[in-house]
Amino acid sequence: MATITTKIPVTLSKDEILRYSRHLIMPEVGMEGQQKLKAARVLCIGTGGLGSPLALYLAAAGVGTLGLVDFDVVDYTNLQRQIIHSTADVGRKKLDSAADKLTGINPFLNLRKFDTRLSSENALEIFRDFDIIADGTDNFPTRYLVNDACVLTGKPNVYGSIFRFEGQASVFATEDGPCYRCLYPEPPPPGLVPSCAEGGVLGILPGLVGVMQATEVIKLILGVGEPLIGRLLLIDALGMKFRELKLRKNPDCPVCGTHPTVTKLIDYNEFCGIRGEEKPVANGVPEIQVEELKRRLDAKEDLFVLDVREPHEYQICNIGGHLIPLNDLPNRVSELDSSREIVVHCKMGGRSAKAVAFLQQAGFKKVHNLAGGINAWAERVDPKVPKY
Amino acid sequence: MLKPMSKIHIPTPLRQYVGKQSTVEVKAATVGEALSALLVQHPELRRHLYTEEGKLRAFVNLYVNDEDIRYLQKEATEVKEGDNISIVPSIAGGAESSPFS
Repeated sequence: MATITTKIPVTLSKDEILRYSRHLIMPEVGMEGQQKLKAARVLCIGTGGLGSPLALYLAAAGVGTLGLVDFDVVDYTNLQRQIIHSTADVGRKKLDSAADKLTGINPFLNLRKFDTRLSSENALEIFRDFDIIADGTDNFPTRYLVNDACVLTGKPNVYGSIFRFEGQASVFATEDGPCYRCLYPEPPPPGLVPSCAEGGVLGILPGLVGVMQATEVIKLILGVGEPLIGRLLLIDALGMKFRELKLRKNPDCPVCGTHPTVTKLIDYNEFCGIRGEEKPVANGVPEIQVEELKRRLDAKEDLFVLDVREPHEYQICNIGGHLIPLNDLPNRVSELDSSREIVVHCKMGGRSAKAVAFLQQAGFKKVHNLAGGINAWAERVDPKVPKY
Repeated sequence: MLKPMSKIHIPTPLRQYVGKQSTVEVKAATVGEALSALLVQHPELRRHLYTEEGKLRAFVNLYVNDEDIRYLQKEATEVKEGDNISIVPSIAGGAESSPFS
């Protein structure tokens, strides 16, 4: 089992003994365990949905050194689940906002802030001073980067991931356990990952999964219980069902197998098929800007606006387009008149680009993608339309 | 011979293609047959599970009960009455991404 052995002797002050008394009277923690917690150095990647409860509980529990990596600022849409940030923090750096809350909870905390995007250039350097890495990121390139850097530096990767009302948790990259690549050797191709925020997430779910990650971190530090090594926990918040799958260390794993082919950090955007920051799906389809659409609609030109979002998104806001969700389009294409000029939109332009490509294949000649979707319309044409 | 009935667990991102169900029951002797039966009922699911060349997508893992079929007999893995088959895609989130279009 992966135990974090501490070499530095630490002592607890009178104030700390009082603060951690509910830990100290438990034989599973005790003075020795609390000293281990104080000596431990945990790095949280991201202070978002997963990172919020994770960092809050680790700080409260008495983890001595907590590192935070984030480059983002607090956004209004974060507040539904990123509970370390308050309404007053909107616009502030997430690092500063998180630091206030964490040191407010526990002034004994040694907090280390890394105001940067984790990258192949800085990951090994940042990981060096930590014992355990907790992955609270939200994208595939960083997931693979964190995993590989954990394997290369020999540090456990406490993993949590969420989608809508479903979560996954595990502990990867311990000495004998499997790593993330043993589970998923390859990321999904970028064409299959829509750039529009179609997903959504139940606000409490990252709380549930982030607290599970915190629990695993604490267990690894204390060396107690059975960590989620070699096990993938599946969480279905809607059914409130937990299932567990066995994970095996893959001897052919490119990073932790017997003959690794990945021996240093690579370009993870390239590995995940993402080039730079551009949206991968919007290429090649004719686009129209929101200002031009507005001008042409005002001029009463014959334009048919097709909205390919989901009905529940249409309820949030719409610009009067004809609603056919992207997935229904193949069955409902007969509702459209190919002789008319059609402007297709979604939330941000990703799904509508697919719809335009599909309609072009179906023989439509005059179809345009609304660049930036209804969110761009809300931002640049009509501020009364809510952004989401 | 009557084929055993097993249950396929559908992950959240794919439920929209199976009438919002979380599980689908199928009669099949192997994992491959179970998936075929699932796709007969829900043909829209095919492009999300298989590549255009007909190969299972690399970011979709399949389990019979708690075992990964990659370490059993892959799609030829036998299923017994009452077995649970799970489709487990990689999820990265965060709030913004689904591996399925």
